[in-house]
Formats: sequence, C-alpha cells, structure tokens
Amino acid sequence: MDTFIQQIINGLVLGSVYALVALGYTMVYGIINLINFAHGEVLMVGALTSWTVATSLLGIGWPGWLVMVISLLAAIIVCSVLNFSIEKIAYRPLRTAPRLAPLITAMGMSLLLQTLAMIIWKPNPKPYPILISAEPYEIGGAVINTIQILILVTTAVTLAGLMYLVNRTKLGRAMRATAENPKVAGLMGVRPDMVISATFVIGAALAALAGVMYAANYGSVQHSMGFLPGLKAFTAAVFGGIGNLAGAMVGGVLLGLIEAMGAGYIGDLTGGILGSHYQDIFAFIVLILVLTLRPQGLLGERVADRA
Amino acid sequence: MNFRDNKLATFLIAGALLLIAPLIAQQFGNAWVRIIDIALLYVLLALGLNIVVGYAGLLDLGYVAFYAVGAYMLGLLASPHLSQTFPGFAATFPNGLHAPLWLVIPLGALLAAAFGVALGAPTLKLRGDYLAIVTLGFGEIIRVFLTNLDAPVNITNGPKGLSQIDSFKVLGYDFGKTHNLFGLEIPSVTGYYYLFLALVIVSVVICYRLEQSRIGRAWMAIREDEVAAKAMGINTRNMKLLAFGMGATFGGVSGVLFASFQGFVSPESFSLNESVMIVAMVVLGGIGHIPGVIIGALLLAALPEVLRYVASPLQQMTDGRLDSAILRQLLIALAMIAIMLSRPRGLWPVPEHGRMRPGSPDQDPEPKGTLS
Repeated sequence: MDTFIQQIINGLVLGSVYALVALGYTMVYGIINLINFAHGEVLMVGALTSWTVATSLLGIGWPGWLVMVISLLAAIIVCSVLNFSIEKIAYRPLRTAPRLAPLITAMGMSLLLQTLAMIIWKPNPKPYPILISAEPYEIGGAVINTIQILILVTTAVTLAGLMYLVNRTKLGRAMRATAENPKVAGLMGVRPDMVISATFVIGAALAALAGVMYAANYGSVQHSMGFLPGLKAFTAAVFGGIGNLAGAMVGGVLLGLIEAMGAGYIGDLTGGILGSHYQDIFAFIVLILVLTLRPQGLLGERVADRA
Repeated sequence: MNFRDNKLATFLIAGALLLIAPLIAQQFGNAWVRIIDIALLYVLLALGLNIVVGYAGLLDLGYVAFYAVGAYMLGLLASPHLSQTFPGFAATFPNGLHAPLWLVIPLGALLAAAFGVALGAPTLKLRGDYLAIVTLGFGEIIRVFLTNLDAPVNITNGPKGLSQIDSFKVLGYDFGKTHNLFGLEIPSVTGYYYLFLALVIVSVVICYRLEQSRIGRAWMAIREDEVAAKAMGINTRNMKLLAFGMGATFGGVSGVLFASFQGFVSPESFSLNESVMIVAMVVLGGIGHIPGVIIGALLLAALPEVLRYVASPLQQMTDGRLDSAILRQLLIALAMIAIMLSRPRGLWPVPEHGRMRPGSPDQDPEPKGTLS
C-alpha cells in the first residue's frame, strides 16, 4: 500500500512539472499552430541558468531560500528573453511559409540550444545544490519532501493565475482573439505580433519555473535534460486537448500519474518480463491511444479539419 | 548540338564521374570513401522518407525505426549472437545462421513494410503535426525496446548492440574484403560504394516512376486536399498505408545495408536525432523533388564530416569546448535554421508548373486555432 501512495505522490509531482511545460506548448499551438520543438530546451536553459546562479551565490554564503528565489528569477528572465528572440528570429519570418518550414526551424533551434548549452556548460551532468533542507514528511508509509510540496503548491497557484490571465484580463482576451483569427483581431485593435510575443514570454517563464523545480527535485542538470520532458509535456498537451489550458493541466497530471504507476507496477504486472526501464514508453502509448480514440483530447473541442 | 544530345552528354559525364569518384577519393584515404558511402545511405533513407512526406504529405518523425528494423534483422540473422545466447539455436545451426544477401534484403524490406503499415493503420485519421508527434512516439518506443530487450531473454543484447555481423557476399564477391580487379585495388569501402550506388540508382528510378504513376498522383492529391481526393474516388486509406509501407521498405533496406557495412548495430544509431536529420534532409533539399532530396541528403551527411578536419584547430583555440562532434551539431542546427529562413521551400524545390504562388489569396486559409 505504501508503494501505491508513494507512486501517487511521485506521479503528481512529475505531472505538475509536465503540466507547467505543457501550458507553454498549448498556448503557442493554440495561437499559431506551431509545435515549438525548442520548448523543452527552454526548460533546460532555465535549469542550467539557475544552477550557475545558485552555485555561485552559495559559494559566497547566501542563505538557501534567498538563493532559490534569485536563481529562479534569473532563470525566468533569461528564458523569457531567449524565447522572445527565438520567436522573432526563427518563427515570425515563416508565418506564411509552407507548414513544414517553421517546424524545421523549431527542430533546428532545439538542436542549436542543446549544442550551445554543451559549449557553455560542458556536457557532463552537474549536481544541483540543495537549497532548502529536504526534510521528508511521512504520509501513510510514503514520504514527501519540502521541494515536492513546493512544486505541487506552485503549480496550482501558477495555473490559477494563468487561467485568470487568459480568461479575465485584456491581454487574455487579445490572446483568445488572436487564436481565433489574427486578421480580424488586428482590425479590432489587437496587435497580433505583440500578443504572440507575450505568449512566448509567458510560456518561457513557465518552462523556466518547471526547469528549476525539475532540477531541484531530481538533483541533477545537463544539456540533454530538456528533450524528454519537453516531448512528454507536448504529449500531455495533446492528451488534454491542445489549446486548452485546463486540459494541459489535467493531461500533465494524468500523464505523470500513468508514468509513475506504470513504472511502479509494470514489473509485477508482466511477471518481471518488462521492468521500470520501460517508463518512457507509457507517454507515447497513451498518446497513440488518445489520438486514435479521441483526437481532440480529453477537454478539447472538435476541430473539423486540422491539417 | 541540340538539347537532347546535350542531356545525354551530361548523363554520360555524370555517370563516369560517379563510377570513378571512389577511386579518386581512395587516393586520399579510405576514410573519405567511407564518408561518401554513408552519404549514399542517407540518400536512400531520404528518398524513402520523401515518398511518405514529400508525395503523400504524411510527416513521419519515427522513420528511423524502420532503419532500425532492417539493421537489427540482419544483425540477428547474420551474427553469432543468437547461437551464443540460445543453446537450442546453436544446436540447430552449429556454425551460426549466416543468412545470405538475397534472402535478407527482401526479408528486411518486407518486415519494415509490415511495421510501416502497422504504424500507419492506427494513425490514418491524423494529419500534420499530430501525425508527426505520434510517429515520433513510435520511433521512441522501438528504441526503448531495442535498448531493453536484453533481459530476461537476451534478444537485442541491449545497449551493447550486436557485433560481428557478416559482410555481404554476392556471387562469391565478399564486400568485406579488399579485392584486386584488373590491377586495380578495390578496398571494402569502395566495393560497398558500388553496391550502394546501384541501389540508389534503382531507388531513384523507382521513385521517379512512382511519381509519374497513378499511385503517385493519388498521393499528391491526398497531400493537396484529402477531402477532395476522397471525393474523386481515391481510396485514401489504402493509399496512405501504401505510402507508409513503401517508405518503410526503403528504410528497412537501408538498415540492412548499414548493418552489413558497419558490422555492428546498437540502439545509439537509431536515436530521434537521426529521424530529425532525415526529415531535415528532405525538407532542406526540396520536399517532393528527387534531385532536391538527394542534394539535401548529400549536403547534411557529408558536409559535417568534411568539417571534422577544420575542427581540431578550433578545438585547441577554444580549450576543448568546440570539438568536432559539437561543431558538427552546431553547423547542422544553423543550416536548418538559415536555409529555412532564406528558402522556406528548400534549396531545390519542385518547379512550379502553373501552380498557385505561395501566399496567393486563395491558398492556405488562415490557420484557425483555439485557446480557452
């Protein structure tokens, strides 16, 4: 029974991280129909930036919680600037180009960011410092530490804030209008280019947050750390219904739970033939099932012909 | 001289150049011939993917899975792995199973085609980006299995891969050995060059014929407008499955060749990066256009290898941070971005025969998204 609760906790924590990244994907896809392949790399840059800031601030003896806040802010700023520039350089000139062109520049950007990270930070994995004392609490035989509680709370608060932003504020209305029809939105006094830039900046901030929490939870950072979470977050976004913020959240959390449960029980279920190394395939199996059975995702609306 | 003669002359010169290219390259060392060989393999892969992406418009990001299927099939049928692992198998084939080329290539093609259809079947309703991400997932699933199928029953030998794979033998000619023909030394890599070249030429002919055929027309109709194609009586389901199967066949055959050429396969050769690279070759060159695809493949496969030779001074200058592998990735990434930005239709796109210009008002209605 304690394994069960433990896997639920692990799944929720992992799912929260996926959800934060999925929000960035889903907003960008909702507005300009582009899979931003470089989004996972933004997470990686955020994590590595915070690692640099955190290790150097700890070196001069600053207290842990302050270092955490500052390194998180640094990561958010760097990622926002980065994603803003990526959109401007690699995606904006291709808005009217054939659909595969921006997808290729996005893949190129992903590769470029990984390579640059390898040059700047060297390819070896680096331990992420412990900033908050990881005092574990016990719930029914399972343990949860401060970082994990922090992740769950931050994600919930962030999602609530984002929902408010998109559904209640002027910028949110402009975003929804641009998603519906950029030309008409333009005629109504919305500046689509500005709205799209804002979307990329918000997505980057969320990815930076997710990156820092991911690094703090798993204790290690590396140039290749962004790719798989990025891919799974996209899966989560599709799972929930792309373009739907609540869907991204639900999709992320469910995917995290499925992965944790799968990894925890696949050995028992298959009599030891398949082990927990197969954790990574659950996301893709879910994706294939969802897309064939319910292509619009769990909470998505039916889009007649999405080419 | 009229145009016809001119064309014939060009063909003859190009043919002669292709035939003597490895003989010239081998003067500078076999490493150069190897680079050309690998580039030819990529041409084969890119031609296969071009059937799926270029003709039928189905974006496949898991293409490398079929390459892996072909490579592992040869790896299992022509290496000592099975006899070493399974005593029962060793009892049946005491000298190991050394499957011959004429059996393995059709088998590899068939198996990969079966995988292609198996992937295609559940994804028929999907298009564009959704299809891309599902195929990507499929590629990853295959890779995870290749990496982990070493326990409890050792089938793929896990991350260590399969080694000591036989080289090809055709009519007593062993491609793995150096031969002496008419006083001319033909090392193994040069032998493989001719084998690959022959297959590339056959593939180009097949692709060209496909493009002109009813099937090719049907694929392009599906690519341009699936609903209209269906309305005109095209069986879109079968045509899409056929495209997946055909494309996968090319992947499978390339995989068999790759395994025999290397003598070794491991899951590392079939990473997602490889799939992305092949898609990039097709799109950079000029999607759906055979010469463009070939140029794209040669460029992305060979250029980075050549750049290895400039890399060592750079590496010293930058304190070891910019080694050849990193420089190679950096250049590929920059090329992908720069070429797409300057030529979104690829380096050598399909000539437009009275087609609508991109961006004309009737084409491509504004993408309509949703955000809630």
